Amino acid sequence: MNLLNDLANPVRFERYARMIFPAVLGFALLTGAAGLYFALFNSPADYQQGEAVRIMYVHVPAAWMSMFCYSVMAGASAVGFIWKHPLADVAAKETAPLGAGFTILALFTGSLWGKPMWGAWWVWDARLTSVLVLLFLYLGYMALWRAIPDKARAARLAAILAIVGFVNVPVIKFSVEWWNSLHQPASIIRADGPTIDGAMLTPLLLMIAAYMSAYVAMLLPSIRNELTARRLARLQFVDETRAAELVEQ
Amino acid sequence: MNQQTTTESTRPSIEQAERVIFSASGLAVSRGGRPVLTNISVRAEPGDAVVLRGPNGVGKTTLLRAFAGLLRPDHGEVLFTDAADAGRIRDRSEASVFCGVLNAHKAALTLRENLNFWAALYNAPQTRIEAASAQLKLDPYSDYPAGALSTGLARRLGLARLMIAQRPVWFIDEPTASLDSASSENFVAQVEVHRRRGGLVVIATHDPLPLSGARIFELTTKVAA
Amino acid sequence: MSALGAIIARDIRLAFRAGGGAAQGVTFFALTGVMFALAVGPDIALISKIAGPVLWTGALLATQISLDQIWRADREDGSLDVLVETSDMLALTALAKAFAHWAATALPLIIATPILGVMLNLPAEAYAPLAISLAIGTPGLSLIGCIAGALVVSLPRAHLLIAIIVSPLYVPILIFGSGAAMSDVGAPQYGANLMLLGATVLFAAILSPLASAAALRSNLD
Repeated sequence: MNLLNDLANPVRFERYARMIFPAVLGFALLTGAAGLYFALFNSPADYQQGEAVRIMYVHVPAAWMSMFCYSVMAGASAVGFIWKHPLADVAAKETAPLGAGFTILALFTGSLWGKPMWGAWWVWDARLTSVLVLLFLYLGYMALWRAIPDKARAARLAAILAIVGFVNVPVIKFSVEWWNSLHQPASIIRADGPTIDGAMLTPLLLMIAAYMSAYVAMLLPSIRNELTARRLARLQFVDETRAAELVEQ
Repeated sequence: MNQQTTTESTRPSIEQAERVIFSASGLAVSRGGRPVLTNISVRAEPGDAVVLRGPNGVGKTTLLRAFAGLLRPDHGEVLFTDAADAGRIRDRSEASVFCGVLNAHKAALTLRENLNFWAALYNAPQTRIEAASAQLKLDPYSDYPAGALSTGLARRLGLARLMIAQRPVWFIDEPTASLDSASSENFVAQVEVHRRRGGLVVIATHDPLPLSGARIFELTTKVAA
Repeated sequence: MSALGAIIARDIRLAFRAGGGAAQGVTFFALTGVMFALAVGPDIALISKIAGPVLWTGALLATQISLDQIWRADREDGSLDVLVETSDMLALTALAKAFAHWAATALPLIIATPILGVMLNLPAEAYAPLAISLAIGTPGLSLIGCIAGALVVSLPRAHLLIAIIVSPLYVPILIFGSGAAMSDVGAPQYGANLMLLGATVLFAAILSPLASAAALRSNLD
């Protein structure tokens, strides 16, 4: 909690953020380049899916990040709600569009992957459908933030929504799998099953590392911008008005 | 319950208010990220009438809501303690009732239905509904839909809630703004009865209400040093 | 009468009084059925096949349009202050409000379902599963909706925002509810769907009062 308290101070946060940002960005570019090299040139084609399997290296980490970001968002929301930690609120808020971005990437690449596999751009596959619902959870969270002008209140309310959404994610996931199993045969693609070849694992892990560090590298400047914007807004208020006091006559 | 200290006699049928001390200390409130009130401290004893004054927009309503627990202050605390036993802290929902500028009635319900609903919420006996209705001269309108009442009558209905709740501390925002002079006098008389019973009131108002021995507080923004 | 009972009775009374939303909800529900039939065309066999899911979706939408009013009506006339001031536990007040919303909006829909079922040529054996799944599932819609209504109560108007917020959260209820409505009474899926639906609604019954109360407290000003 000590480091967290330290980070609540925006000036100190900016110092830390500036310090680690280049390293994180460099790591993201490096792992991304290596991961793509292995994924595109130095890994086997799937005996069933052929070259199309290479989309997996972009798709699976994105799908994984979509859930990871939502968890981070809910966790930061809980910290912000319970301990009124301003940095946690901002981290939750700024994670949402990034998470939504990963979710859209997962849906888009999933759809590309589905075309050669199923012959259709979109099928109501259980995994894709739950990712789609997750996207709407993100959109609802972001819409609520935008709708409420008072930032402190928006943070509390959006935090409640993020937590409610998070505890519902397993229920939603289960219900979609249940729905899918009742209405159509199980899907043929098992991207994360135990059948993954060792040669496929290297690029996959590299890509996951790249996505993760790219997320952190994008998050740091967003948080910094938001903190600066808030500080400016506060300075304006202090100039404009003064709080009232009560004086007995 | 503690014995009344006032010399004036009250009719035996009138319920005695519990004697509660209201105190706020070091309250600071901000709205929309903007600090509105700072370092507010006030203390009121049974029988007190506290009048809050101040220009529009200075934060009188905000302060009353903070007192009533309808708004979370950034700092400071509001306490209701037993007048006989300072160590005994009273639950806010048992100690106070708030009447804002809105009358909190449902337009589609009749006047009587509104009063009955409040009585259920405040756990008030039927006799209190009748007393409030009679004292605020609402009896002739009992079966009117509340939405059909004039502004002044609707305000009287809103104020009736204070008397149904019968909490020792009344927080009232602009009680008489839409009342005619007779209704206004009648309301002041009800407040005085409440004080004689050992209750206390905190009123935000622009009207010069003839409350005996009222303590006037001015809410002001301090000029920069 | 207890305070919670009084809140429930008042809300139901208001919903059925002139200007209340109960009749409008049923009318809207009927209209969604009509719209589907018009969009599909007068193909009795096709309409009959989709009648169950169409009625479930219609019930969901008809419930959804009134969510904005659960707390907003009370906030706009000042009675929300009274509810907050008098409640020992705001979460219980929220539970009462959700129940009243269900009784005033979903219950009339369930009662109207047989008439719409006839119009949409719902197979005779599908009436019981549809009615039972609606009876078990719709309280969940009111409960989750109660959270969304509390979240947006301080905003001037929020029908659309509420729809965006609740729809993903409604997914499990819709899946299990419609799933049960489409199964035969004897089939194993029928019981399983109903059990899962019941479990989801119970979960919402625990989550909703707490989340609604937290949202209301954050919205006090």
